[in-house]
Amino acid sequence: MTKLLEIRDLKTQFFTSAGVVRAVDGITYDVAPGETVAVVGESGCGKSVSAMSILRLIPDPPGRIVAGSIMFDGKDLLALSEAEMREVRGRDIGMIFQEPMTSLNPVLTIERQITETLEEHLDVSKAAARQKALEMLNLVGISDPERRLKQYPHHLSGGMRQRVMIAMALACGPKLIIADEPTTALDVTIQAQILELMKELTRKLGVALIIITHNLGVVARYADRVNVMYAGRIIESGDAVQIYHNPKHPYTLALLRSVPRMDQARGQKLRPVSGQPPDLTKLDEGCAFRPRCDFATEQCARAAPALEEVEPGHISACWEKAKVGLVEAVG
Amino acid sequence: MWQYVFKRLLLMIPTVIGAAFVIFFLLRAMPGDVCELKLGGEGAYVDEAQITLCREQLGLDDPLAVQFADFVWGIATLDFGTSMITGRAITYEMGLRFELSLQVAIMATIVAIMISIPLGTLSAVYQNTWIDYIVRTVAIAGIAIPSFWLGILILLALLSISEAMTGTRWTPPLDYVPIWEDPVYNLSMLIWPAVATGYRYSAVATRMTRSSLLEVLREDYVRTARAKGLVEKIIINRHALKNALLPVVTVIGIEFAFLMGGLVVTEQVFNLNGLGNLLVQSVTSVDYTMTQGIVMVIVLVFVITNFFVDILYAWLDPRIRYS
Repeated sequence: MTKLLEIRDLKTQFFTSAGVVRAVDGITYDVAPGETVAVVGESGCGKSVSAMSILRLIPDPPGRIVAGSIMFDGKDLLALSEAEMREVRGRDIGMIFQEPMTSLNPVLTIERQITETLEEHLDVSKAAARQKALEMLNLVGISDPERRLKQYPHHLSGGMRQRVMIAMALACGPKLIIADEPTTALDVTIQAQILELMKELTRKLGVALIIITHNLGVVARYADRVNVMYAGRIIESGDAVQIYHNPKHPYTLALLRSVPRMDQARGQKLRPVSGQPPDLTKLDEGCAFRPRCDFATEQCARAAPALEEVEPGHISACWEKAKVGLVEAVG
Repeated sequence: MWQYVFKRLLLMIPTVIGAAFVIFFLLRAMPGDVCELKLGGEGAYVDEAQITLCREQLGLDDPLAVQFADFVWGIATLDFGTSMITGRAITYEMGLRFELSLQVAIMATIVAIMISIPLGTLSAVYQNTWIDYIVRTVAIAGIAIPSFWLGILILLALLSISEAMTGTRWTPPLDYVPIWEDPVYNLSMLIWPAVATGYRYSAVATRMTRSSLLEVLREDYVRTARAKGLVEKIIINRHALKNALLPVVTVIGIEFAFLMGGLVVTEQVFNLNGLGNLLVQSVTSVDYTMTQGIVMVIVLVFVITNFFVDILYAWLDPRIRYS
């Protein structure tokens, strides 16, 4: 199958007074047309930076994409001029951000904020843009869209604002949507609604989706494929079933143990991942997870393991990956 | 929106009465007696009876409450009475000077806005480049240089440039003519003090524009605008500037009201007969009614300016409009 997005060995670094932060340290993954890919990891593991890198929205200075390639629909995004990149943003790739409260401009009407994308990318009249904005609001399930168009973001609840964000991202008919923690700031009930909506719309419109989250529940229900990130690298990748039921990396395992599961015995305690995420300015040649890892051996300090296949479509970067599953079966 | 405007208008009344109260009683707490000064000057002998008579004529022997009520009623009818020193109507004394001061303040504001918003925006957009450094240097200089000194420099420059170009020395005219009678003459007189004060004024506003815009440019919605693929010009003008202007509008409003009575030294340099001069004169001669009148006019300008600033706020920010 031809890929829509191919990220190869992407490295994004921040040059700060405290040193070079290797926020994204050589990640590689693909997204097929219409596929939903989840990128999972704890705060500060580089998942948002990797997403912002795709759109080249990393603030420079201090950030810079230092290596790798991002092929999107046959174009190398890293080789495009700024003007060509603007054509991709908003038209071919839509983005939904974490904070619906602050991601919409408080002084512009909903109409203005949806139509400006259309006017920028598609050669449409004002009336046609307005019509399209109405359709989009209908599509994302906002009632009374005529009235909503005239309103400002502060008139809308968090869930509605996120629907508006989705409408904006989908307005120009993109091939890919990047959703950076789209539900983190919302109530749990609203979270489910928004995720259902995104799943439904991307399926219906055939749009690929990269969903960035730290919520494994989201992953299980909505993703075709899961990339688990730790300290700027992908340390395990597989389809949702493989990751959920047969994790082959101690970090994935630890993450799964830290969230409640329906199939878990009652009264069993949750186990948080011990220790702190590493300082990304001070990574050595060894495995970044080893200070927190139950499986760590001497070899882990000598060299970081490469991603290797454990079963078809399932890769893991761990020297002890063979042991990980066994322990899970016991524990 | 109209409800908001109406509420703001109503709020002006207690503000003005409060200010009147403070001015009235502070003035009377000040040492010195207008009648002694007027009749005896510095240290001469004056008959006690004459002073009593003078105080009676000026209404200074009435109870304070009555005087205050008179004063507040005067404000409401825009009749501030007569000067205790010259005996002429205060509105007459202030008339032309008010016009002059108002015109200088408006012109200085226009100069300041025309300089500060473009420069502040450039400075923020090109943060830490040579453009930013130049703008910041110009702005710091504007804050550091007193406007009266800049005024002197401007006058000296006018003298030497006019001499070099035409052979005769040219100075701005000294007698005030309203702008509608002879605009060229009027502007050739007032443009210089407006530039001198406008530059300092713009320096504050430039720095405010810059810092406010820098803050807004880091907001999430600016990132959203970038992710939409909008061109930078639209991102700055539509998304960032409208949000960044709120504090700038505040600064401009306060400065404007300050210019109305605060230009004492600059008025001296340019030999302008403005409100600032009149205020200092009336304070030194303990002319209660005149001082009260001028201060109240300045207060009214403050209050009205603030009203317009608030309306502008509401126009810029819908969250204010609808709350």
